[in-house]
Amino acid sequence: MSASVTLATNRRILTQLRHDPRTVVLLLVVPTLLMVLLRFVFNSPEQFGGIAPALLGIFPFTLMFLITSVTTLRERTSGTLERLMTMPIAKLDLLLGYALAFGLLAVVQVALAALVSVTWLGLDVASSVWLLLLVAVLDALLGMALGLFVSAFARTEFQAVQFMPVVVLPQFLLCGLLQPRDEMGLLLSWISDVLPLSYAVDALDRVTHSAEFDGTLVRDLAVVAGSALLALVLGAATLRRRTP
Amino acid sequence: MADSVVSVAGLRVRHGGREVLRGIDCEIARGSVTGLLGPSGCGKTTLLRAIVGVQMLTTGTVTVLGEPAGSRELRGRIGYATQNPAEYPDLTVAEALRYFAAVLRAPKSDVDRVVAEVALGDHADALIGTLSGGERSRANLAVALLGAPELLVLDEPTVGLDPLLRDELWTLFGRLAARGTTLLVSSHVLDEASRCERLLLMREGALLAHDEPDELLRRTGTPDLEQAFLFLVRQGASR
Repeated sequence: MSASVTLATNRRILTQLRHDPRTVVLLLVVPTLLMVLLRFVFNSPEQFGGIAPALLGIFPFTLMFLITSVTTLRERTSGTLERLMTMPIAKLDLLLGYALAFGLLAVVQVALAALVSVTWLGLDVASSVWLLLLVAVLDALLGMALGLFVSAFARTEFQAVQFMPVVVLPQFLLCGLLQPRDEMGLLLSWISDVLPLSYAVDALDRVTHSAEFDGTLVRDLAVVAGSALLALVLGAATLRRRTP
Repeated sequence: MADSVVSVAGLRVRHGGREVLRGIDCEIARGSVTGLLGPSGCGKTTLLRAIVGVQMLTTGTVTVLGEPAGSRELRGRIGYATQNPAEYPDLTVAEALRYFAAVLRAPKSDVDRVVAEVALGDHADALIGTLSGGERSRANLAVALLGAPELLVLDEPTVGLDPLLRDELWTLFGRLAARGTTLLVSSHVLDEASRCERLLLMREGALLAHDEPDELLRRTGTPDLEQAFLFLVRQGASR
């Protein structure tokens, strides 16, 4: 591993994004616009306050999943990954380069959506806004890491896009947003227990509704961060130096 | 061969139920330009990939610069340009080269050098995605020239280039070889063979000949390489 190669990779990905301003604008603005839309769909601060924290994590999670799976797939199919694999670059250099670049984007994206939600849309955060930001960024990073991992199983961008409903939507249905998790059937609540987004949404709810930094919150954060790390390591295992 | 940079022994590669390489043995000497020639689909790219170390082998061994192909010690010592340009279309030529130079720990000045070597000076700040086919393939070649690779493996680097540029590239290859770089260049155009010191003629996953061009003509008693190739194919078929 080499810090200079990781940073060079990070710089390269940011430069690619700079040449694609439309993607950057979409990435940064869409979650905020969706939050605004949500606020006016409910037309009631209480109802908005009930669901907004979870969506503040879910929107960036979904977007990051989508953009990373397509970008890394492009790296695989264009031959640039194979070229890099003949060079002195560690797989983790490449993945961390991606994680840094997209993580940076996630921070700006989430900060913007949270800022608008708190200052204009009337979202009440019982604990600190910084903690809310931290959790939402972790969620975005989790989406990014899952996207990296899943891109290994897609051969075309068409397939990669379709992994979004496969990986993201079941987690969305089971995360406790539509129905409290302890009111689900036994089987479903078990499944919900092993899906990382459940803990992400739980953490966001806790941060907004209680000022207490308790053990459950620490557990939630550890699960989300651990899942992101696991997906990154699994993603590294899918990068092959030799192919058939 | 004592001073061989590449040595391939009993190499077989099966892929998708088909034997792509059927027992290849060859040695490539240091500081030479070797042409790998044969029709499209004969296994040239698979052989090159095996030498670079990105191809899964079925049986056989490939040794490069004294190490098994694909080993960690070799990364960065081999310059490899694939047939389809492996480039970032959303970066400029100079941006992409700066990135690869950083990964290779090559000096920053290398970027200007390789841009000049492939005659892309006017396009250094153009997005790779906007370049023509020939320009893209030169940008692709430029990456392989970064650093000071001891072995250059180039898969069809001159396809789609105008004759003048092709001539310039072959002159560059000769200059690199004179400096001690070993080059292995594939082509499906037989008339490029005369620019090589040694030839590997390939057909249907096997080597037909491994010789100097003149020696090949003398041995087969043919006036040109096209005829020599045909002679060898027919000789192989009648055996």
